[in-house]
This record gives sequence, structure tokens and C-alpha cells, in this order.
Amino acid sequence: MNEKYETHEHDVIVIGAGGAGLRAAIECSALGAKTALICKSLLGKAHTVMAEGGVAAALAHVDAQDSWRTHFQDTLFGGKYLNNWRMAELHAREAPERVRELERWGAVFDRTPDGKILQRAFGGHTYRRLAHVGDRTGLELIRTLQDKGVHQGIDVFMECTITKLLKDGERVCGAFGYWRETGRFVVYKAKAVVLATGGIGKCYKITSNSWESTGDGHALGYEAGAELVDMEFVQFHPTGMVWPPGVMGLLVTEAVRGEGGILRNNQGERFMEKYDPKRMDLSTRDVVARAIYTEVKEGRGSPHGGCFLDISHRKAPYIRQKLPSMYHQFKELADVDITKEPMEVGPTSHYTMGGIKVDADTGASTVPGLYAAGECTGGVNGANRLGGNSLSDLLVFGRRAGAGAAEYANRAAPPRIDQTQVENAAGEMIGFFDRPGAADPYKLHVDLQNTMQNLAGIFREEKDLTMAVARLEDLQRRAAHVGVVEGQRMYNPGWHLCRDLHNMLICSQAIVRAALLRKESRGAHSRLDFPKYDEYWGEHNIVIKKEPDGMKVQARPVVKVAELIPLVDEKKAKETK
Amino acid sequence: MSIRTFSVWRGDKNGGRFVEYQVEVEEGMVVLDAIHQIQRTQAHDLACRWNCKAAKCGSCSAEVNGRPRLMCKTRLDALPVGEMVRIQPLQTFPIIRDLVTDVSWNYQVNKKIPPFAPRPDASWVMLQQDVNRAQEFRKCIECFLCQNVCHVLREHERKSEFFGPRFFVRIASLQMHPMDSLDRLPLLKNEAGLGLCNITKCCTEVCPEDIHITDNAIIPLKERVVDRYYDPIQILLRKIKGEKASHAGGK
Ligand SMILES: Cc1cc2nc3c(=O)[nH]c(=O)nc-3n(C[C@H](O)[C@H](O)[C@H](O)COP(=O)(O)OP(=O)(O)OC[C@H]3O[C@@H](n4cnc5c(N)ncnc54)[C@H](O)[C@@H]3O)c2cc1C
Ligand code: SF4
Ligand code: SF4
Ligand code: FES
Repeated sequence: MNEKYETHEHDVIVIGAGGAGLRAAIECSALGAKTALICKSLLGKAHTVMAEGGVAAALAHVDAQDSWRTHFQDTLFGGKYLNNWRMAELHAREAPERVRELERWGAVFDRTPDGKILQRAFGGHTYRRLAHVGDRTGLELIRTLQDKGVHQGIDVFMECTITKLLKDGERVCGAFGYWRETGRFVVYKAKAVVLATGGIGKCYKITSNSWESTGDGHALGYEAGAELVDMEFVQFHPTGMVWPPGVMGLLVTEAVRGEGGILRNNQGERFMEKYDPKRMDLSTRDVVARAIYTEVKEGRGSPHGGCFLDISHRKAPYIRQKLPSMYHQFKELADVDITKEPMEVGPTSHYTMGGIKVDADTGASTVPGLYAAGECTGGVNGANRLGGNSLSDLLVFGRRAGAGAAEYANRAAPPRIDQTQVENAAGEMIGFFDRPGAADPYKLHVDLQNTMQNLAGIFREEKDLTMAVARLEDLQRRAAHVGVVEGQRMYNPGWHLCRDLHNMLICSQAIVRAALLRKESRGAHSRLDFPKYDEYWGEHNIVIKKEPDGMKVQARPVVKVAELIPLVDEKKAKETK
Repeated sequence: MSIRTFSVWRGDKNGGRFVEYQVEVEEGMVVLDAIHQIQRTQAHDLACRWNCKAAKCGSCSAEVNGRPRLMCKTRLDALPVGEMVRIQPLQTFPIIRDLVTDVSWNYQVNKKIPPFAPRPDASWVMLQQDVNRAQEFRKCIECFLCQNVCHVLREHERKSEFFGPRFFVRIASLQMHPMDSLDRLPLLKNEAGLGLCNITKCCTEVCPEDIHITDNAIIPLKERVVDRYYDPIQILLRKIKGEKASHAGGK
């Protein structure tokens, strides 16, 4: 083969170096596969580093009654029973071992008085379940995995963006990308590929997510023929910062409420009494986000359009020890001393439950050789994710996808790269430079974000969603004209954004089309025109696939596990009481 | 709302210059917001790194008015009003483009540090007071601001003989981990070049995570090295008891 571009050959390439990608790569390489780890940012800066509150695992260190069964039940109740049951089961069963393993690899969690890993309360979890390190759990997780990984001989490719998966017939055989630093192209040849690219937050205007969350893995998988599931479910975290404008959307960890923080409206009322008297401030995120939205809409909001979150009844040194980064974040960015005064918070787009549909045990997508793990997959969380269930998801399914991919690579034939696909991918990227009078990608991005924020946000209805479909089609047309206005190929964010838009548009379309089809309200998906649960939709997920004539959206029965029915029925009975 | 002038270094390894931009400033804005605004409206190709916008990832390090800082944590209203805001890349690392530097050397150094290796008999029972110190060091977000200011690296360019404060913090976090079994003192004394640090504390001053780099990491490590290599009583004890025992006592 003529190798016009820099080419690397591995058994497995892992795209994404957050918790999921790192854990997958560690597993792959431990199983003897030659493994590459590719990421858009520097190693250790992936979104996972921002996770604050903790990792959910039924270790039962603080509440001895806890068990995987209760964790499983809580996860299904949070997900409104749309979860892939097998995934939820594996997740709940294996999370404790994954957390202990992290400790054996050097992570230092906060301790109980008798020297074990401490656990804190979080919304929707029956027991105190989140292992944590103050409010910087993600940093601990990513640093531990990073150090484990680099010393295990994984080849790391930092600041490299993948724009295309390459295929050899039905199977995936590698990927094409560019170095951010030089703008040069690079081809990765591999027997198996693991996607671990994180979320889609950048489709929305107000988000807690970083620039990386442009749904690349969702789009790469979709374009390679993989199915997406549950795309209508976008989690709005109830507590993002609302002021000052520059930090709007920045996360205020749920740990604030886990440590006793109280939500109030401008009348001083604990409004959660109206919305969920049983769980109050620690109700599930969908419920709290809608409650805050409603309070603001009805005129009981805080000065900057949120509500108040108050932890100042706790002792100042305790707050500073348990929530140090929140303390600094408010002190430095908003001039608010949270040990003395309440914070102002409001909903922010935070997490996507939807993603690549995978086999629970191996992380295999519907495309041979393509695996996925972490936030870019769908299934474990159903209609709504509980706090802390993502970090555990990354560890449990990162490991499983890594093993799945390594095993596939073991028996797969050597990959063959189709040069035409490579040239097409290169042509697409170069094309952004040959557009005289190119449209401004930044403007298009703002328009996309406004469309999604206003028409496919916390509350949805038919007419908004229909309008969103039309706007997205229009944006899609405009996207064909965006191009590089300034600069060359070296580290040019304007150029990069041109390509990212493509992915965000695919994800946005998937979200809107699925939201239109689901004519009911469930979990994170609230339809003003269909405010109730619907029996049919309670038994069905929405699956999306690329067909020759465009995006196909279809309902499919929930994946259940016969042996778990008693557990689920028990939870349903308890919750309807 | 008011207009402020930003002078941003633009260029690459072949050279560059400061370019001025006028930015409409809102209340509560940080330097990174201004950079983003410039990027969105005036210079699409302005290169900078960022991820979290919340001082959690350590990506957005730069020198603002000559001081190494996280751009996402530097409020504009904390900088002298009426004056231009001058932003340039970290000076200790090779330039890539605009505000982006090549920090790969740091990743190479990290690879030289033997990772955590638990004691075979590790019980994993650790009290909070026993892990507080390790946790302090593990707060590091790898912004490399400390590396950027340390004169051994910045002025004397001794990158081949000196790991720098970030990695003394990292080694300290391992040495002070209650369950770790390795001895990294020879590494500190030799390859890591701990002796080159003359405790100026410049690193501690710029650390956005308030890690007491010098007092809590470097000085205790220096003491351990001195005890090991220069204290005659310790050397004698070690001879009598065997290397391992005396080392474990020092943990
Ligand atoms: C502020 C905040 C706080 C949170 N707190 C918690 C918490 O306390 N507990 C919890 O359980 N969850 C929490 N979450 C959610 C959780 O952090 C994320 O869901 C999770 O970290 C996602 O991990 P990941 O490994 O799937 O992807 P990420 O960590 O997002 O990593 C994605 C990786 O993919 C790479 N990538 C993406 N696209 C490409 C491409 N095209 N080419 C190459 N590389 C690519 C990126 O560079 C990056 O390395 C929080 C989220 C946020 C935003
Ligand atoms: S105290 Fe040591 S490591 Fe820190 S800046 Fe000074 S010389 Fe460098
Ligand atoms: S020790 Fe402090 S200054 Fe140095 S890299 Fe870590 S966080 Fe940054
Ligand atoms: S953007 Fe993460 S530290 Fe500034």
C-alpha cells in the first residue's frame, strides 16, 4: 500500500482518553494487544477530569444494608425502566470491584473513621454510595488510570482528532484523523476500534461540558453503520452556575446537596416539597431540573434567573474540606462565599443518556470490530442517569469493551485499508480551505446551540420539535458552506470547528427526531403535549440507524433479563406505594 | 459593559508579535472569556488550550501581564483597570502556536517515575489523617505553571537534569502514600536532580491548587535524601538492620 500519510498499526485503537478510554486501553494492553490511545486534548485533560461528586458503587462501607441489588433497582428507577437490564446489572455488580481496583492502583479516596473508602449520599441512591475525593473525584480517577496506562506500554497519541472510521467491507479496520498541532493527516490501521469519546454537550448553549463534547463518537459510529439508542434523553443537571455570564452552565456538583444543601425560591420556600416530598433536594436530576425551571418560569426565581442553593448552615471548615473546589469556584468566579451565603443555580445541559448501542457483556456495537464505552454509549442509564453512575459506568464498561476488542482482535484477520476512503476523508478536511466567501463556523455553532436550547431543551412539544427539524435541515445546508476564514492548518480552532459541526448536527438531528417520536414524558424527556407516562413507550427504546435514504428512527422493545424481573417488580411496587 | 484592549502574542516557532484586540467586557468575565470572544469574532485561528473553564483541568495556562496563571481563573476586574491586558504563552516550553506550547517534556519526565506499587501486605485500611498529605499532592491539575516559573528550568534550561516541582510533588505523593513499597530516593538524588532546587518557593506562589510544593513536598523529600545519604547514624543503622527496615521506618 502506498502510504502517503503517516500510518500506525495496532491491534486495537481506543479513541478517547477519558475514564472509559483509559480503562479500555489498560484492559486491552493487559491482555497482550498492541494498543493505541488517541485523544483530542492532552492526556489527563479529558472531560472526566471535571467530575466532582463521586463514583457510585455498592461497597456498603457507610450503609451496611447496601448491595448490588439495591444499586440495580435505583438505577432502573432513575432510568424509568428503559435501561438495558443486563448493563444495569453488570454495572451494579462490578462497580465495587472496579473502585477497589482503582485504590490498588494508587487512588486515594476520602476515608471512613475506620479507614475504609468513604461514601456520600447522592440523588436517587437509596444508600450513601458515592466513593469520592472531596469534590475532585474525576481528577483522582483519571490520574490513577493515566499513570497505570502509560507505564503499561500503551501508545498515546495526544491532540489528534479522528474524523472518520475506515471500513473493510462490513468490519471496521482503522481510523483517519489529523494532528491538531500541525494539521497533518494520520491513518491508524487496527483490527478493532473502541470509541470512548464522551458526550454531546456542545450542541446546547448552556452546558457544563468542554469543547471536546461534540458527539464525535456518536457520529463516527453512526456513519460507520452502528445503531444509536435513547438519543432523546439529554440530562439537564439542575444546578449549573447562572452568573456571571461567562460561567453560565458551569457545574455545581450534586455533592452540595449530598452534603445537606437546600434549594429555595425567592420566597424562601423549600419548593422541592411540592415536586418530590419524599426525596426533596435529593430527588432525581430530571425532577429537580424541571422543578427549578418551573419556579423560575412562574416568577419565583433568583435575580439571575435561577434558584438558591444554600449550604451555609453547615460549618465553614466542613464545607471547605468537603467541597473545596465549589468553595473556590464561587469565591473566585462569582464573589460568593458559600459558607456564608446561598449560591444561584439553574439547569445546564450535562450528560447524554443516549449513544451507541452495545452488547452489555463485550461493548460490541452492531458493526464488527467496533466497540464502545462510556458516555458515548447508551443503555445503562435508560431515560435518566443517577449522579455517580457515570464514573462507575466508565470503569465497568471501559474494562469490558477493552476486553471485547482485544479478544476480537485476537481472532481477526489483518486489516486492509481502502485508499479511496482515506482520500475522501482527507479531501473533506482540505475542502474547508477551498471555500471562497466561506460561512463562519462560529456563527453556525451559535445558531445550532440556540436551536437545541430553545426547541429541544428541558420541556419539549410537537411544534417546537418540528420547527427544530426544519432549522436543523437549514443548518445542515449552511454547514456545506462553512470554511476556514483565517489561518493555515497548524493548530487552527476555526478549521477544527468546521468539522465538529458535522458531528454536532448528526447528534442534534438524532435527539430531535427521537424526541419527536416519543410521545410521552419519561425521565429526562418531558413533552408538554404528552405530560404522562405511556404504557407502550414504557416498554420501548428508540433506535437510530443510518440508511441509504437517511436517518431511520424506530422503536424497539427494552432488553430485559428474566431472572431480574422479581427485583424490578419489587422496586416498582415500593415506588408506587 | 466596557471596551478593553488585549495584547495577545501571535506566532509560532519562527517568531511572532503581540497583536491588539478590542473586546467588549461584561461583568465577571475572565481572561479565557476574552480569548474566546476574540476567537469567535476577530481571529478564528487564535490557538489556545482549554477544557473545563473551572480551574480543574490545567489546560489554559498562560502568562497574563507577566504572571503565570490559569486564564479561566483570572478575572478581568482583578487586573489593573484602564491598562492593556497582555497575554503570552508559557515561556519555559517550546512554542507551537499563539498561546499553545509544547509541554510533552513533562509527560516524558512522568514516565521516568516508577508508579505506585503496593506493599504485598497492604491492608488498605488507611485513616484520613494518614492520607491527607498524599491527597494534597494529588490535587495537582498538571497546569505546569510551577514548571514554568522555576528558574532551574526557565533560566538555566536544565531540563535534562531536573524533573521540576510538579514531579517532586508527584514523587512525594507516592513516597507518602501509606501503602506504597518503592524507594524513589536514589531517583530523587540523581536523575531527578532534587539538589538543584534552592527553595526559592516561586513554584508554590503560582500553584493554583494551593499545594505547598516547597514546604510539604520538596523540603521533606530533601530531608529524606539527607538522612539517607549524609547522616552517619542512619547509614550505620541501615547497615545493621538492612536497607528495607530502615526505609520502612522512614515512611
Ligand atoms: C462538571 C461535570 C461533573 C461531573 N461529575 C460527575 C460525577 O461526580 N460522577 C459521575 O459519575 N459523573 C460525573 N459527570 C459525568 C462524567 O464526568 C462523564 O460522563 C464522563 O467523565 C465521561 O467519560 P468518558 O470517558 O465517556 O468521556 P470523556 O471523559 O468525555 O473523554 C472523551 C475523550 O474522547 C476524546 N475524543 C473525543 N472526540 C474525539 C475524536 N474525534 N478524536 C479523538 N479523540 C476524541 C477526548 O479528547 C477525550 O479524551 C460529570 C460531568 C461534568 C461535566
Ligand atoms: S523552590 Fe525549587 S522547585 Fe520551586 S521554583 Fe524554586 S528552585 Fe524551582
Ligand atoms: S503542582 Fe500546582 S502549579 Fe504545579 S502543575 Fe500541579 S497544580 Fe500546577
Ligand atoms: S480551562 Fe481547565 S484549568 Fe482553565
